[in-house]
Amino acid sequence: MKFAVLRFPGSNCDQDCLRTLQDTFGAHAEPVWHKETSVAGYDVIILPGGFSFGDYLRCGAIARYSPVMAAVREAAGRGTPVLGICNGFQILCESGLLPGALVRNRGLHFICRQVHLRLENTTSPFTRAGRAGQVLRVPIAHGEGCYLADEETLDRLENEGRVAFRYCLPDGSVAPEGNPNGSLRHIAGILNGPGNVLGLMPHPERACEERLGSTDGQLVFASLLESALTAVS
Amino acid sequence: MKDPTITPEIIAKHGITPDEYARIQGILGRDPNFTELGIFSVMWSEHCSYKNSRPELKKFPTSGPRILVKAGEENAGVLDVGDGWAVAFKIESHNHPSAVEPFQGAATGVGGIIRDIFTMGARPIFLLDSLRFGPIEQGAPGAAANRHLLAGVVSGIAHYGNCIGLPTVGGETWFDETYAGNPLVNVFCLGVLRHDQIARGAARGCGNPVFYVGAETGRDGLAGAAFASRELTEESREDRPAVQVGDPFREKLLLEACLELLASGCVAGIQDMGAAGLTCSTCETASRGGTGIDVDLDLVPKRETGMTPYEILLSESQERMLVIVHRGQEDRVREIFEKWDLPHACIGHVTDDGIMRIRAGDRVVAEIPAADLTDQAPVYQREAAEWTPPQEVDISTVPAVDLTAALPRLLAHPTLAGKRWIWEQYDHMVRNGAVVGPGSDAAVFYARECDKFLAASVDGNGLVSRLDPREGGRRCVAEAARNLACAGAVPLGATDNLNFGNPHKPEIFRQLRDSVEGMAEACRAFDTPVTGGNVSLYNESPAGPIDPTPVVAMVGIIEEETHITRQSFRRAGDSVWLLGDRAAGLDASQFLLILHGRKEGRPPQTDLEAEVVLHQAVRDAIRDGLVRSAHDCAEGGIAVALAECCLSGDGLVGAEIFLPDDERRDDESLFHEAPGRVLVTIDPADEEAFHDLVSLCRVPVRKLGTTGGTELVIHLRTQTWRWPVAGLFETWDGALGALMGTVAEPLAAH
Repeated sequence: MKFAVLRFPGSNCDQDCLRTLQDTFGAHAEPVWHKETSVAGYDVIILPGGFSFGDYLRCGAIARYSPVMAAVREAAGRGTPVLGICNGFQILCESGLLPGALVRNRGLHFICRQVHLRLENTTSPFTRAGRAGQVLRVPIAHGEGCYLADEETLDRLENEGRVAFRYCLPDGSVAPEGNPNGSLRHIAGILNGPGNVLGLMPHPERACEERLGSTDGQLVFASLLESALTAVS
Repeated sequence: MKDPTITPEIIAKHGITPDEYARIQGILGRDPNFTELGIFSVMWSEHCSYKNSRPELKKFPTSGPRILVKAGEENAGVLDVGDGWAVAFKIESHNHPSAVEPFQGAATGVGGIIRDIFTMGARPIFLLDSLRFGPIEQGAPGAAANRHLLAGVVSGIAHYGNCIGLPTVGGETWFDETYAGNPLVNVFCLGVLRHDQIARGAARGCGNPVFYVGAETGRDGLAGAAFASRELTEESREDRPAVQVGDPFREKLLLEACLELLASGCVAGIQDMGAAGLTCSTCETASRGGTGIDVDLDLVPKRETGMTPYEILLSESQERMLVIVHRGQEDRVREIFEKWDLPHACIGHVTDDGIMRIRAGDRVVAEIPAADLTDQAPVYQREAAEWTPPQEVDISTVPAVDLTAALPRLLAHPTLAGKRWIWEQYDHMVRNGAVVGPGSDAAVFYARECDKFLAASVDGNGLVSRLDPREGGRRCVAEAARNLACAGAVPLGATDNLNFGNPHKPEIFRQLRDSVEGMAEACRAFDTPVTGGNVSLYNESPAGPIDPTPVVAMVGIIEEETHITRQSFRRAGDSVWLLGDRAAGLDASQFLLILHGRKEGRPPQTDLEAEVVLHQAVRDAIRDGLVRSAHDCAEGGIAVALAECCLSGDGLVGAEIFLPDDERRDDESLFHEAPGRVLVTIDPADEEAFHDLVSLCRVPVRKLGTTGGTELVIHLRTQTWRWPVAGLFETWDGALGALMGTVAEPLAAH
């Protein structure tokens, strides 16, 4: 199984993703420059966090025009798992691969801290190693992570089981105190219709080693590796 | 546009004295033209030449077996960390720009120090910051302006650091009226590299092409180095063009391109364009290389039209580098710059005549012997005033206060309060290395590149330095070393930031001299050479000079991952011990300042010999696996230190403590700030081994009590004070956010 970690100018979590995949999971992962026009041969595509193109216009708004994004859209259409983390989630929303938008945090400040997430979907290739309602401790680091969509879209996401992660309290209950950025319905991560594109604001790659305070983020990568095994067998 | 004629007024406006002008005439053998005068004025400013501080800086120890690049040789010093790996680190100030425009001033300060590190060929991996502001409490004079400065500086650091992807993993922030209108913004950056990757800022190889790469040159930051070498006045706002505008995205591209370029083997020399921009980078590279340099300003990428040679040379536009390339490698170099979408141009070449020759097309606009510009800069031995040691505080003049109320008051003061409101705005987790992040004595960072655990701490104490500069110098170095010891680290080296007022005043020069001597003495004691640093003088507002504020950042290494130790109590049932039992009065304490408004007294003196032994004992106990937590007792005394142990972990832990009768008044026993004390917690099963070990080191040691419960309880003689830790946490953690009017997002974890 081969992972592509896209590298846009201004990506800054690309190395963290690569090292996590290589060192923690022994997976085959390679950086892919944004000017590439093909992602053929990769089984999973990761859009890492950072500030692509400085996020100067609107987070992710310029990166969606990078040459590689046409190939990503095509691969997503074929069912290849595509994972957007933080800025990667913003790029996926700007690209139209995921609905809704990520806007300035409710408190107006950039926030970096450990948060708790409730796992809401356990059927996607990114979450199947978990159990419903499981609480994960994973960090966030963003200034614009407040998820917005119209009511109709939100209802559809809920009804179709496409809310993958929700911000919650340590006991798994959902409450405003557990929501760091004001996201509607406490949404931290969502899936596309077919379930092969996931965008989430928290950083699972920062929660894969005991020394960093949590290994709960392993669930996402372990699920992807497990999905690959299932696909092969 | 015609250059103005040189008049005595124009010379004075450039901050050049008549003696210095005569020296310039001597070097050139003629009068300088206007452009040349501008070049001399920035190169001979304090910021670039250290003309007022150089004799003092020579007092620092700068050698040692680990030193690979010494202080002053290059943009930053480089230290060996073993296995062929090294670290490059430095601290730098951006005080003046931040006073005028806090967001951009702080942001470009971050950008500048990061460039210093990757110019050395190192991959920057983390930042620390040391900040000082005026009072921000409701009703304090100038509080609104000070809050504006705090908010601006923090978001400026966050903007730049977060975007470029470098974690700010630690730091310190103090608030005092002395910094009103003149905040201090000192930022530290550390990078890692292999020994064979050290890059040099020298123009070598006659005929080698000189490339300009990075942002286009504009009129921003004109002569900022000269601006930073003046006192701030009411009119400083008009100097706003001297503040640059930062573009962290551009710098991220520049960083990646430069590291890729250095790995390609095409580079003969590299230098960032920081203070004094193109001027400084061209003459310094030529001077270091013992060569000359010939540059055509018409070829420099510009973002504005009609710029004069004077403006192009003195611009401090950010995110620019000068790269000297091996002849024949030009195409490979251009390819890398183009991959990263960076403006670039070959603007000249290295010569062998020792002259910095600047042309605008065919016209020569400046011609100066490069080495003279750097080496012949004036050096002044300033006059120092006599020192009158301060009086000790007469405790009978200090009214007794309710100590149950005093502790929460101290913990709510911005200087002592939790700094989560600040560090949550920084992405302190990017690069997956912050094993111990902000809010412990020292930060511990896992440098994956070289598989090493590095510890770093930044410290300064303006209050102590004001009352006794020599002790202030010793104190900040000893505290940094103690913080490293508490984390389980062996200190390797230090970098200093000297923040002082106008050195022409004998009183200020004395502070500078004594502080440096105190720091140097302590650095020798801990065997931590100074690898470089920064001098920021003229920190004066209309209200007067700041309290002298030397700041030191120290870097250490932790040999085994299992030795990494945090300051917070880990669990209930551990026993609490105090190492380095000392008594003292309330002199120079935060208690006396915050509760009684008195900046007074004779600071308790640092005993460097005892410190060295104490730190070794703490490390030995940690290495033997006996220590569960370790915390330095510093500002606020033992009561505040105990509270911090209860409050700063992932969960709250109470404690019951029996303080020894030190025959002092209660307030003194709880809040004095004698240095050289460390609180540790020990598993009860290890008490005997621990006691044997530290007794063998001849360190005074005493068991104080046990962790656990929901209260911090302190007994002293017949007195008992109780504080529920949940209440203390709310006070300590929420104070800064409440004062800033935007309550920090609540923490769900507690």
